Amino acid sequence: MTNLSVNIAGLTFKNPVTTASGTFGYGDEFGDFMDLGRIGGVFVKAVTGSNREGNAYPRMAETASGMLNSVGLQNKGVDHFIKEIYPRIKDFDTHIIVNVSGSTLEEYVEVASRINELDKIPAIELNISCPNVKQGGMAFGTVPAMSTEVTRAVRDVYKKVLMVKLSPNVTSIIEIAKAVVDGGADVLTLVNTLLGMAIDAERRRPILSTITGGLSGPAIKPIALRMVWQVHNAVNVPVIGLGGIMNATDAIEFLLAGSSAIQVGTANFIDPAISVKIVEGIEAYMQKHGITDVNELIGGLRTE
Amino acid sequence: MEIKKTVQDLTVVSNISLNKRHFLLELVAPEPLPMMLPGQFVQVLVKDSPTTFLRRPFSIHQADHRRNSIILLVQIKGEGTRHLSHLREGEKLNVIYPLGNSFSLPTTKKVLLVGGGCGVAPLLFLSQFLNQNSIRPTILVGFRTKEEVSEIETYAKYGEIFITTDDGTEGEHGLVVDHSIFQKDHLPFDKIYCCGPDAMMHAVARIAKMQEIDCEVSLENTMACGFGVCLCCITPTDRGNERVCVEGPVFNTKRLKWK
Ligand SMILES: Cc1cc2nc3c(=O)[nH]c(=O)nc-3n(C[C@H](O)[C@H](O)[C@H](O)COP(=O)(O)OP(=O)(O)OC[C@H]3O[C@@H](n4cnc5c(N)ncnc54)[C@H](O)[C@@H]3O)c2cc1C
Ligand SMILES: Cc1cc2nc3c(=O)[nH]c(=O)nc-3n(C[C@H](O)[C@H](O)[C@H](O)COP(=O)(O)O)c2cc1C
Ligand code: FES
Repeated sequence: MTNLSVNIAGLTFKNPVTTASGTFGYGDEFGDFMDLGRIGGVFVKAVTGSNREGNAYPRMAETASGMLNSVGLQNKGVDHFIKEIYPRIKDFDTHIIVNVSGSTLEEYVEVASRINELDKIPAIELNISCPNVKQGGMAFGTVPAMSTEVTRAVRDVYKKVLMVKLSPNVTSIIEIAKAVVDGGADVLTLVNTLLGMAIDAERRRPILSTITGGLSGPAIKPIALRMVWQVHNAVNVPVIGLGGIMNATDAIEFLLAGSSAIQVGTANFIDPAISVKIVEGIEAYMQKHGITDVNELIGGLRTE
Repeated sequence: MEIKKTVQDLTVVSNISLNKRHFLLELVAPEPLPMMLPGQFVQVLVKDSPTTFLRRPFSIHQADHRRNSIILLVQIKGEGTRHLSHLREGEKLNVIYPLGNSFSLPTTKKVLLVGGGCGVAPLLFLSQFLNQNSIRPTILVGFRTKEEVSEIETYAKYGEIFITTDDGTEGEHGLVVDHSIFQKDHLPFDKIYCCGPDAMMHAVARIAKMQEIDCEVSLENTMACGFGVCLCCITPTDRGNERVCVEGPVFNTKRLKWK
């Protein structure tokens, strides 16, 4: 028997494969393609204090082995989430984790305390790293003192597992990671998208309406892996790694670098059943290498 | 109505070049085709093309339940479509389908279909569907030049067909909106369905509004997922930003907040 389950800050995931916020809707959109019960968890689309329409079209540009987006946290707000969406997803046979976003400290605190009341949501992921909102957003994730402050404020009102999602758009990811742990984070998720840009030379115009946007997909994987490795070695809270994971081998690399679980993002657009295939692929790898417990892989990189 | 979406490997049964820029790709399904409606589209995975990372959306041009196949009409635009143009019989293509909403069934028999460029693609499926509901539409399609005029006999089976070419080498000279059909003060139609370049859809929508004719357009916003989760393909409507891949691609122009 192989054990695939992992324990992250007291929460047991049936396997280390989860899906990334903003790439998996609220989960039910995938019902035609896969059984949600097969994966460890679903991180749902960002929830903010009130309705947001997001940025203007065009919001997407395909790039070499990746894509840029500038969706900008489009969602109908926390009230709508609690009334309309939560009832329809709360009984899925997997952990549903809410990505909490905002532009001000008060907004983060407000959303977190509302989500705290939902029985079937065992954790939140605080998104202090979105490059696509004008104020707040990424600033909370790039200035260490602000990262500590927002994490601490949310920690005061949120009683369950608090995950904080870090921005890779910083000089020292270790410094930010430590700042967030100081603020009381139980788990760190990394990485969010890298700030990037695409230009249409024929028209001499930017492709995105916002000019810059967030890069995701295999193009960012080496950077994400490096950051996971650095943070895993620098803090003593669990790390959930993501960034360009397209298959089981990519996922295993993140586990080896120190991720206790991984998130599948952009890959869901290309193969909506990929997360289940990654679970199967990890199992096959373990059998091939005679590994009985997936926890042996976590941080199992050999560096000597 | 909810139609179940599937991911399948379809097999190429034919790949017919219509002219330098357009080709017809017939794909047969391994299982009975799902129910599909005109206006719906497929998301195609282009393999072995390093610059084509995301899937490519194409309207369903024809659905043949007897042959258990669908046909796509594709215009070569860039790397992805060029790659598809080289596919040979027997090769497999991974497809997610059917996606999106569909054109509505009209409550009138006086129907005009307007298409331009590869925007004609969903109109063949739509005219077949209208025929099944005892409606013979008027079909107006625009091409660049005579060399690109294609499938006219096929359309003619389902309705009365008119054409324009940009250079006047066949049909009326000019853009579709310049066609004499539109030169009347009172168009003899109660419903217009339109698909093509943005400028054309805007122009047709303006005419429809002026003449108080109900009008539906099929939008082609760039997409990442195609099934509603990335929120990249949105268009502003009277209900806020809506997803072209789920709430669309077909929208009544009354609901669109076009700039
Ligand atoms: C719902 C829907 C239905 C469609 N139906 C058809 C169809 O039936 N037949 C058909 O030939 N095409 C159709 N298209 C357009 C088709 O998807 C694109 O032409 C194709 O993805 C281009 O891929 P490529 O790799 O060849 O070109 P790329 O290299 O991706 O692009 C080449 C150029 O075209 C531009 N471009 C690419 N996609 C779009 C787009 N969606 N809108 C505007 N500009 C774009 C790019 O910016 C670039 O300048 C449809 C699109 C949508 C969203
Ligand atoms: C279209 C799109 C929307 C996203 N929306 C969110 C979001 O709402 N909240 C968030 O924390 N991250 C969001 N992300 C970032 C992803 O969760 C993930 O961190 C990033 O895409 C890197 O992983 P990947 O390369 O596997 O996609 C979004 C990414 C994409 C592509
Ligand atoms: S393309 Fe992803 S939501 Fe429409």
